[in-house]
Amino acid sequence: MMLEVKDLHVTVEGQKILKGLSLTVNAGEVHAIMGPNGAGKSTLSAVIAGKEGYEVTQGSITFKGQDVLEMEVEERAQAGLLLGFQYPVEIPGVKNIYLLKAALNAQRAARGEGEIPAPEFMKLVKEKIAFMKMDSSFLQRAVNEGFSGGEKKRNEILQMLVLQPKLAMLDEIDSGLDIDAMRVVAEGINSLRSADRGILLVTHYQRLLDFVVPDRVHVLVDGRIAKSGDAELAKELEARGYDWVVEESAA
Amino acid sequence: MSDVQAPNADVQRFLERLSERNASRAESQGPEPTWIAARRQAGAARFEAMGFPHRRVEAWKYTDVRAIARGDFALTDDASFSPATAAALTLPLEAHRLTFVDGVFSAALSQLDELPKGVALLPLSQALAENHEAVGGPLGRLTGVEFSPFSALNTAFMEEGAVLRLAPGTVVDKPIVVQFLSRANEAPVMSHPRILVEAGARSEATVIEHHVGEQQAANFTNLVEEILLERGAILTHYKLQEAALSDLHVASIHVEQGRDSRFTSFNLNLGGGLVRNDLITELNGQGAEAVFNGLFYGQGRQHVDNHTLANHNAPHTTSNENYKGILDDRAHGVFNGKVVVKRDSQKIEGYQSNANLLLSDRAEIDAKPELEIYADDVKCSHGTTTGQLDAEAVYALRTRGIDEQTARGLLTLAFAGEVLEQVGLDAIAERVERAVAGKLPERFNLAGLVETAAALDDTAGE
Repeated sequence: MMLEVKDLHVTVEGQKILKGLSLTVNAGEVHAIMGPNGAGKSTLSAVIAGKEGYEVTQGSITFKGQDVLEMEVEERAQAGLLLGFQYPVEIPGVKNIYLLKAALNAQRAARGEGEIPAPEFMKLVKEKIAFMKMDSSFLQRAVNEGFSGGEKKRNEILQMLVLQPKLAMLDEIDSGLDIDAMRVVAEGINSLRSADRGILLVTHYQRLLDFVVPDRVHVLVDGRIAKSGDAELAKELEARGYDWVVEESAA
Repeated sequence: MSDVQAPNADVQRFLERLSERNASRAESQGPEPTWIAARRQAGAARFEAMGFPHRRVEAWKYTDVRAIARGDFALTDDASFSPATAAALTLPLEAHRLTFVDGVFSAALSQLDELPKGVALLPLSQALAENHEAVGGPLGRLTGVEFSPFSALNTAFMEEGAVLRLAPGTVVDKPIVVQFLSRANEAPVMSHPRILVEAGARSEATVIEHHVGEQQAANFTNLVEEILLERGAILTHYKLQEAALSDLHVASIHVEQGRDSRFTSFNLNLGGGLVRNDLITELNGQGAEAVFNGLFYGQGRQHVDNHTLANHNAPHTTSNENYKGILDDRAHGVFNGKVVVKRDSQKIEGYQSNANLLLSDRAEIDAKPELEIYADDVKCSHGTTTGQLDAEAVYALRTRGIDEQTARGLLTLAFAGEVLEQVGLDAIAERVERAVAGKLPERFNLAGLVETAAALDDTAGE
C-alpha cells in the first residue's frame, strides 16, 4: 500500500471542505478523482503536498507507512510525493535548470546519495525535455515566467519526468490545454506509469482519461468519495454529468 | 576623550600627513607646476574648513565616516604585490589593464602594449610628466573641492591614477580594466586616486574599475573619477567592488554627457566594510542617455551607501536607473537616487527603480528616491520597495523537495539576476553571480548550479 488516506476532515478558513474522505492508492495504479466544482478535489492534493492554510481536523494520511502530516513540505517531495499544480507558480529569475538540479540533488541527499554528476544530469534533462517536445532554451528561462498555459503544464510534467516521484499527483493538469498539448502531457503521464509508482489525477473532465486510462475512478461529492468504479465510470460521468451521483449520495 | 576636540584632531592628523607628503615630494621631485600646488592648497583649505562630514548633513545622514576620520593612514610608494595573488584576483578577461597597488602604479601588473590607435591609457603621473597642462584643463572640471570633504581631501593629496583618452571615432574592442589592489599592510594606508576619461565624439569603449585585494586589507581609498563624453560617445562603465570587508572606500564618479552620448553604468558592490559611492551624470546635450544599473550585497557589518543623481540639463534626454540591494546579518544599505529636470528640459524621460531584500531582521536599508522637476512635459517615474522573499515562490520550490534555506538562496540569486542579466560581459556576470551564490546564508552550494547553467550555455550550440 502506497498512499492511505483515512477519514480525512479538512477545514479551510473555518469552512469544512473534506468531510471524511478515505482513499487507498497502491503502487502501479492510476487513480482519477473527479467531481463537480467545489467538491474538494484540489483540497485533497494540496493537503497531501502540505500547502499552508489547510487545517486537518480529523483523520490521517500515510505514505509508505509514514505519517505525511508530520512531514515538512520538502520532506514529502523528497520521499517521492510530488504535486503538479493546476496553476503552476511563476518563480521570477530562478532558472528551470537550477530548480531541476536542486530538486534532484535534494532528493538524492535525502536518500543518502551524492550529487548527480553534471554530464549525467545534462543527459537526463535533455532527454526529458525532448520527450516533452520543449525547446532546450526553456532550461535557461525562469520557472514558468512568461510561459503560456500549455507550456506551464508541460513544465510540470517535465519536473515529474526528471524527479521520478513514487506518487505523482496532478491537479487539473488538463485544464487550458489544446489537443496537441494534451497529447504531449498525456504521453508524459503514461511514461510515468510503472509497477512501483502510483498516479493520482484530479480532473473535472473525462477528456484526459481518454489518453490516460485510469485503473480507478472516484467521484468526490461534498467532501467525500460518493462513488468509485473503473474507467467506465468516467465515461458514464461524461455522458450523464454529475447530478445523478450527487442525488444518489444525498439519498 | 573630548567629543568637541576630536573632530578637529582628526582633520589635523590628515593635514599633517599632507604636509609630510608635500615636503618629501618637493625634496625628491622638486617643485610642482603651480596649478597643482594651488589646487592642493585649495583642497586642504576646503577640507580643513568643512572637516569630515557628520550625520547632521543631509547627504551623509545615514553614513558614519568615523572609521575613516579616526584612522591613521600612511601613504606608500611601494607597488609590490605577489604576482600569484594578483593573478588570482585579476578578472579573467582579455583586456588593456592599468594596475595600482594601494594607489601606486604597478607597471609589472599592467598590460599597456597593443593599445589601438587613437587610445591613450596611462598613469596620471606619466600624463602629468609628459604634458601637465593637457591634464590641468579637464581634471577637476566636474568634481571640484566643493563637492564634498572627500573630494577636497583627494584634491589635496592627488598624485596618481588613470588617464584614458579616446580620439574621435575610436572604437576599443577589448575592455579597459583599471584595477586597484589593496594589500594587507602592517599599518593601514590611504590612497587618493583620480580617474579621468575623455571620450571623443563617436568613440566607444568599456571601462572596468575593479577594486579587490588581500583578505585582511584595511586601507582607505578615496577616489575621484571624471568622465567626459563628447557628442555620440558610448561608454559602458563597470565598477566592481570586491575589496576586503575591512577596507574603507569613498568614491565619486561624475559624468558629463554631450549630445547623443550614451553612458551605461554597472555599479556592482560586493566588498568593502564602509563604501560610499556618488554617481552623477550631467545630461547636457539632446539625445543623451544614461543607464544606471546597481547591485549591492551587504553582510556582516558592511555599510554600503549609493547616492546617484541624474541632472537633465537639456531636453530630450533619458535616464534609467535600476538598483537592487540584498542585505544580510547586520549590514546597512543606503540608496539615494535623485533625478533633477531643469526648467527648459522638456520631453525628457527619467525612470528610477530600487528594490531591496532583507535577509535578516537586523539588516537595514535607508532608501530615498527623489524627483525634482522644473519642466512640465516630462515622463518620470520612481519607486522603491523593500521586502522579504515571495512566500508562494518559496513554497513552490519546497514542493519540489528543495529545503527552505536553499529555496531562499535560489530566490535571492534570482533577485540579483535581474541586474546581472543586463551585464554584457559574461566574465563579470558569472563572477558576481558566483559571489552572490557563495555569500548566501547557510552553506548551500549554489555555486554548483551556476556552473551547471554555464555548462549548458557552452553546449547550447551543439
